[in-house]
Amino acid sequence: MRNKHIDYAKSASMIQDGSTIMVGGFMNVGTPIGIIEAMLETDVKDLTIICNDAGYPDVGVGKLIKAGKVKKLIATHIGLNPVAGEKMGDGSLEVVLVPQGTMAEQIRAAGAGLGGVLTPTGIGTMVQEGKDTVNVDGKAYLLEKPLKADVAIILGENVDKKGNTVYSKTTRNFNPLMATAAQTVMVEARNTVEVGAIDPEHIITPHVFVDYIVGGEQ
Amino acid sequence: MDAKERIARRVAQELSDGDVVNLGIGLPTMVSNFIPEDIEITLQSENGMLELGPKPKEGEEDWDLTNAGGQPVTILNGGSYFDSSTSFGIIRGGHVDATVLGSLQVDEKGNIANWIIPGKKVPGMGGAMDLIVGAKKVIIAMTHTAKGTMKILKECSLPFTAVNEVDLIITEMGVMEVTPEGLLLKELAPGVTVQDIQAHTEATLIISDNIKTMN
Repeated sequence: MRNKHIDYAKSASMIQDGSTIMVGGFMNVGTPIGIIEAMLETDVKDLTIICNDAGYPDVGVGKLIKAGKVKKLIATHIGLNPVAGEKMGDGSLEVVLVPQGTMAEQIRAAGAGLGGVLTPTGIGTMVQEGKDTVNVDGKAYLLEKPLKADVAIILGENVDKKGNTVYSKTTRNFNPLMATAAQTVMVEARNTVEVGAIDPEHIITPHVFVDYIVGGEQ
Repeated sequence: MDAKERIARRVAQELSDGDVVNLGIGLPTMVSNFIPEDIEITLQSENGMLELGPKPKEGEEDWDLTNAGGQPVTILNGGSYFDSSTSFGIIRGGHVDATVLGSLQVDEKGNIANWIIPGKKVPGMGGAMDLIVGAKKVIIAMTHTAKGTMKILKECSLPFTAVNEVDLIITEMGVMEVTPEGLLLKELAPGVTVQDIQAHTEATLIISDNIKTMN
């Protein structure tokens, strides 16, 4: 069995300048804070971040933004991070706002090999601008394309040594979706457990999606 | 009774036993304090749970268990956690009976604008666009004006969050239903006259033949 475990420094070193990174979590609940802290220790820059929200300036993704490592943010909400708002205003951060359900399906589509999804969300709004609409049985839908990344960093509660992952409560959110949609997937493990310790009925993210396990008791 | 409590109290009366309901952040969250005792509703939270319970006691917060505002909550028996795709499948797929949201503007066609003030404030739409499009009933719960600036308009001047989706508007002044003919004024708060509410509303209100007192 390949050893998937790496340390935080190694995980951060694998993130290249200019790459697109999915970051799990919702208002920092379920965000892999340890990997982000390690990224802050590196010189990595010009990142495109895909994350539900910009969080707060001094936690999680907000720290990457504040540190100037992010050139583009694809998110559903930035309202609680005034630094993100300022950087968007002065042009140093490009922000693309996406409806939350649309973002979830765009990520799922990328991970599932689909060419996109048709959603009624955003019809008649600014979100529709520049996108194709498709009429299905008399109802208009927006064609939303898949959203994929070079690297996804996610947070797991219990992760076995193959990478099978379960999440804790509402930390789950975007994490299992992002685990399917990136070239390289790193799960920050709160706990690592032996293979077989997690009931197969309970596994949320099967190990095939996980490339690296970061942290956790070894 | 202050304006927000009056609104929250009235919104609660719109809910029926067995309803699946999503409450927005702020004033809409207060609705859960006024659910009549003889009905049971299921609260959905778009960050990925069903059967949202009351706020935990101080010292018992679990930061893995939060609402969509990132604040600690509890989960009731029969509740469940799921990912964001399932959560918005529940919302978009028509499995939510009612959503209650605040708004910057609403208009007489049922259009709503509550996610961006171009050049000024860009919070983002979060889950609002999906909730408004997906929920069977969209209830706007908000103060009638913003410090005197009208919010219930002939047509929203801010970018839409969704078009033709709002069903009911509940403010501290009254209750208005969106109909194909325009906004139908169905209830007035105690002490508020038709003239008062119209003076604070840009859209022309259609007055119900059977206008009631809001309580």
